[in-house]
Order: sequence, then C-alpha cells, then structure tokens
Amino acid sequence: MRELLTGGEAVAHAMRQIGPDVVPVYPITPQTPIIQTFAKFVANGQAHTEVVNVESEHSAMSAAIGAALSGARTMTATSSQGLALMAEIVYIAASMRAPIVMAVGNRALSGPINIHCDHSDSMLVRDSGVVQLFAENAQEAYDLTVLAPRIAEHPDVLLPVLVCQDGFTITHSAEPVELLPDDSVRTFVGEYRIPHSVLDVREPTTQGPFAMPDYYFELRRQQAAALRAASRVFAEAADEFALLTGRLYSDLEEYRLEGASRALVALGSTAGTIKDVIDELRSAGMPVGLLKLVSFRPFPSSAVASALADVDSVTVLDRADSPGGTPALHAELAAALYGGGVDLTGAVYGLGGRDLHPADIRAIVTGPSSAYVGLRGESCPV
Amino acid sequence: MSRLKTLVRNQGGVQPLRGGHSLCQGCGIPMVVRTVLSTIKTPTVVVNATGCLEVATTRYPTTAWNVPWLHVAFENAAAVAGGVDAAQRALRRRHALPADEDVAIVVFAGDGGTYDIGLQALSGALERGHRFLFVCYDNEGYMNTGIQRSGATPLGANTTTTPAGRDSFGKAQQRKDMTAIAVAHHVPYVAQAAATHWQDLSVKVERATAVDGPAFLNVLTDCPLGWGHEARQFAQVVDAAVDCLFWPLYEVVHGSYRLTYEPEKVVPVEDWLSLQQRFAHLLRPENREVIAAIQRQVEKDWQTLVERCGLSAT
Repeated sequence: MRELLTGGEAVAHAMRQIGPDVVPVYPITPQTPIIQTFAKFVANGQAHTEVVNVESEHSAMSAAIGAALSGARTMTATSSQGLALMAEIVYIAASMRAPIVMAVGNRALSGPINIHCDHSDSMLVRDSGVVQLFAENAQEAYDLTVLAPRIAEHPDVLLPVLVCQDGFTITHSAEPVELLPDDSVRTFVGEYRIPHSVLDVREPTTQGPFAMPDYYFELRRQQAAALRAASRVFAEAADEFALLTGRLYSDLEEYRLEGASRALVALGSTAGTIKDVIDELRSAGMPVGLLKLVSFRPFPSSAVASALADVDSVTVLDRADSPGGTPALHAELAAALYGGGVDLTGAVYGLGGRDLHPADIRAIVTGPSSAYVGLRGESCPV
Repeated sequence: MSRLKTLVRNQGGVQPLRGGHSLCQGCGIPMVVRTVLSTIKTPTVVVNATGCLEVATTRYPTTAWNVPWLHVAFENAAAVAGGVDAAQRALRRRHALPADEDVAIVVFAGDGGTYDIGLQALSGALERGHRFLFVCYDNEGYMNTGIQRSGATPLGANTTTTPAGRDSFGKAQQRKDMTAIAVAHHVPYVAQAAATHWQDLSVKVERATAVDGPAFLNVLTDCPLGWGHEARQFAQVVDAAVDCLFWPLYEVVHGSYRLTYEPEKVVPVEDWLSLQQRFAHLLRPENREVIAAIQRQVEKDWQTLVERCGLSAT
C-alpha cells in the first residue's frame, strides 16, 4: 500500500502496526507529528497502547525503562533538546538492557536555540551504548522502525534502538511511502519477550543495582559486546525483511563505488542529494561514489574499510561538529581506514538546518578541501 | 499487638527487605520499608530512587530484596513507577497478566529524590493519576552523599553545605512543606507519618493502597550521622519531632484533613533540637533567636493544620 506521508507520519504508521503496549512521550517538536499522529490512531482504536503523556523527555525515557522491563513493548520519540535532557537515562536504558525503540527527529542543539536539522543530538548519545540507525528518507524511516524491535529485543542484544531521521527534511516532508500490510508487520516483529520481568512477582529480581569497581567494568564490557552483536542481528532481520518487501537493508550502503577513486561518506537525507550529484558527475566521467552509513552504532568498521579499499581519496561529511576535536563520523572513518594510505578529509556542513546544495557537493568532490561547507565565510557577521 | 502479628503474617515467612544490608545502626529507613511492605497484602514491586536505601541494599552481586526491585536514577523514580503502572494496565488488557492479580507499586525515595531533584517527576506522576504509593523517607538532608542540605532540611541545621560558623547559623531557609505540595495535586490520599509511630504508619499504608490512584506518604525518619545522635536514640529523637509538633501526624483523604495523633504533652521544639548535634550551635546565646523563630513557625504551622482539620487550636 503506497501512501503520501511525511517521515513522522510514516513512523507513526509503523508504530500503529507494531502496536507497542506502552508509549511514554513528551511532545517536543518535530517528534510532534509522530506522537500526534500516533495518539490519533490510539484514540480511534487503531492501536491498543497505553500512551503516557509525561511531563518531560527525561521522564519519557524513565517511564519507558519501567514499562520495557515490566514486560511491555515500549516505544517513544524525541528530538534535539529532548534527547539532550533524556541523555542521562538513555545511558541507563542501555545499561539496564531495556529494548526500547525510539524515533529521533534529528535537530540542532541549543544554543542558540534552533529547530532545524543537524545530528548534534544523536552524537551527544554516541557513547551511550544504544543502536543508532539513520534513515535517508521517509521510506527508510518506516522500514527501519519496523526492523528496530527485532534488533532491540533479540536476546543477544537487548538494547535501545534509535531510528534517526533528519528533522524537517524527512520528518515534515511528504513522500510516497510503501506500507506493509498490518498483519505482516505484526508477524515480523513477533511477541515481546525479555528474560526477567519486574512484574514477575514469583521470581523477584533486583534490577538496576549498585556496582562498584569489582563488577562495574565487567558489566560495561558485556554491554559493549551486546552492541557489537546488534550488527549480526540487524543483518539477519534485514534478510527476512527483504523477503517480505524486496528492500534489503545493511549497516551501510555503497552507491556507485565500483571503480571509484573518490568517495564521499555521509549519514541521513544528505545521502539522497549526494546520489543525484554522483549520477551527474559519473555521466561526466568522474569516478566518484558514496558510502552511506545506515548503522552509526554499532559502527561497521571492517565493512567500511572493505567498501573503500580501492578508493584514493575520501571526504567525510559530518552534520555535527566536535569543537576542538574531530567530528564523530570523520573520526570513525579515520580509525576504520587507518594504515590504508587513503587521503582522508572531513567537512562539517548543515548545522542548524543550513541547506547543502548540489553545487556544494560538487565543490567538495572537485574543489580544495574545506573544514566547513556552506558557511557564508567572510561576509558572515562574527 | 494484633497489628504486629498481621504484619508478620502478611510477610508469609519471607521478609521483603532482609538483613545483611549496610544501612547504619540507628537508621530508621529499614523500619519504614518493612512496615510499609509488610502492611500490603498483594504482591508488590518496589521502585527505588538513588539514595541510602538503594546503595545500602543492592551492592552487586548481592541484594537484600525479596520483592521485585527496580532502580533507574535519582530524580525519576515516580516516572519509572508510571511506566510500570502503564505496563501492568497494558499487559492485563491483552491478558498477558492474570486479570485478578493486582501488583502494588511502591516507590521509596529520600527527601532529595522527593522534595528537590525528584519533584518534577513526582508532580507529573501524581497529576497523571498513576496507581502507585510514593513513600518519602525524609531524613532532612542529602545523607548518602555526605550530609548536604536539602529542601527538607530545617532552618538552622548545620550541614556540610550550610555549615554553622562565625557568620552562619546553619541553613538560612525554612524547609518546604512537601506534604502540602502533594495535597495540591488533588490525589486521593496523602499523609504524614513518622518511622517510630509504626502502627499509625501501617494504617496509613492500608488506606493509601486501598485508593484508586496515586498516594503519597511523607515519613520522617532519622539519620544518626547527619543529625548527630547516638544510634540508640533513634526512637527518642524521632518521637520528640512529633511531640514538639515539628512533625505532626495527619492524613488528607480526598482533600479532607484529619489529625491521626495528638501528643499528650507538647514539648518545646528545643527539646527536639537539643538532642541533635546539627543544632548544637543554636543553643549558644547569639543563636537563641533562631530557636525562637523555629518555635514560632512550628506553632503557626500547627495552627494552620488544626484549622484545616476543622479543630480549634489546642
């Protein structure tokens, strides 16, 4: 079934079809279209979910942990300052192995306050131990949301999964989206199961205890191993999803990298624009390709290295800065490609919703490297 | 006492919080926890805010808990409880839990996790009407982290962040009335209790868990280390707080106030203060006015309370 939907609405449809037991939410925009659309589905009996309208994003993730560990399939949504506010609890959700699925509409962090897209919010929780998947468009946002419970709830993983889509560019832009039949989604995600429910009064468990230097390190190591396992689980679930839809997902997507001597690397909706520019440049005879990361956490380092093995020069586009250091995606690529002799540069672009035009991308491919792309430069008042 | 037998019977041979934890001698928290949990007849899930109780009872890989226990962070225990409540409703609706098995949800939090950093989550959860009992064990300060002042610390108390000194008589502000804040949420049951008045506390727990909706219990208990008294003085010190009217015992049922205990002999507030090292500096001549101010405030608050209870002042 093909419908004209914004990314936010597409995710709300995925949630309706998954039918989570509990959805605690606080409506910071632009996740607003997600939760408002979903709330309507619940009000009309199209989803049977306890929507808990909490008083902050911090409480949204806190209630989500309480629900998920009580044996209820739990989803939520957030963005920007909301993700920043709940960051403390995102870390704890991962450490408590709570398989919560969360839609993220990526937006800039204050200040100055801004409502438009960049990836600073996601990068803030980079090391929290959650899975982070990035969608290129509304279809991917929908598909990855349907895939997410399979990854989150797998016994080898049991971690939160964040399905990230670019704020406004995807969340608020309508595109044709192919929806699966409701039954297929229900069958695909299956029953929610966790090893130990808080509500199991016959086998009481102590969850979230105090761990000192004698155990903390081992527990964190187990958590890191679980996040690594998500890569394999994603691949297995993606194969099954492909049988259902014909759309095969992977932790990365190679676009026209065959025979390429130059490559760009990016996350999210920008990959779509880059693909158009690459088609153009390829027609003009330039051997250029794109590596799009779908899974930023876990980061598929060896797959990245093999995908770029034959490339001479790589430019990584980061939509979040790391003032005083190396932006997150650039740093990952530097680690993955270390020792391979590739010429690696990075560029920060699009902060606070600044558009990245095809001309900017052509300039990145052909021109001299620049640490910031799309700045007004000298004319910008500073 | 028949109620004591009832509490023991309710435990069914399994103490909800067993010994072997590392709470201090003379600390009233375990008594509050056991009184609360042994009163409740249904299976119970405990949600704990970060604090003394959490740290001292769950050092991994050990636990002192024989009931399901959940801790996430310091400021969010009420939100976590809201999630457990929502899960229980959802699971019961889709028959994943027995329809006739009601699991009570009890939050334990200190005054930090209630009055201060936990207030927003608590306010939200009370307003949303989750079915849970929030029990604040109020020992009037951040005792777990080294006796810092909280919004529950009384005027004049010497704490590590409000030290008494040449230019300071201790905490310069009054404590906030958290019980009144809970009442302002129009929840069906709110009460103030004290660790040593365990029968009164137990009756209040029974009433609190019988209502359909949130309930809040503010239970005064001591901290031998933070208050500066001998462990064996636990009952004497907490009783004195009640008998000087600093900590009246009352309940508010659907907005109606009722005193549940009236001291036979009201003692001056100084009798309570002078038992504790944290107020020792107030006994010096230059600080006598602070004691008088505390006494005046206690009398004023008592007056307000008895009026709310529809009684004339004693």
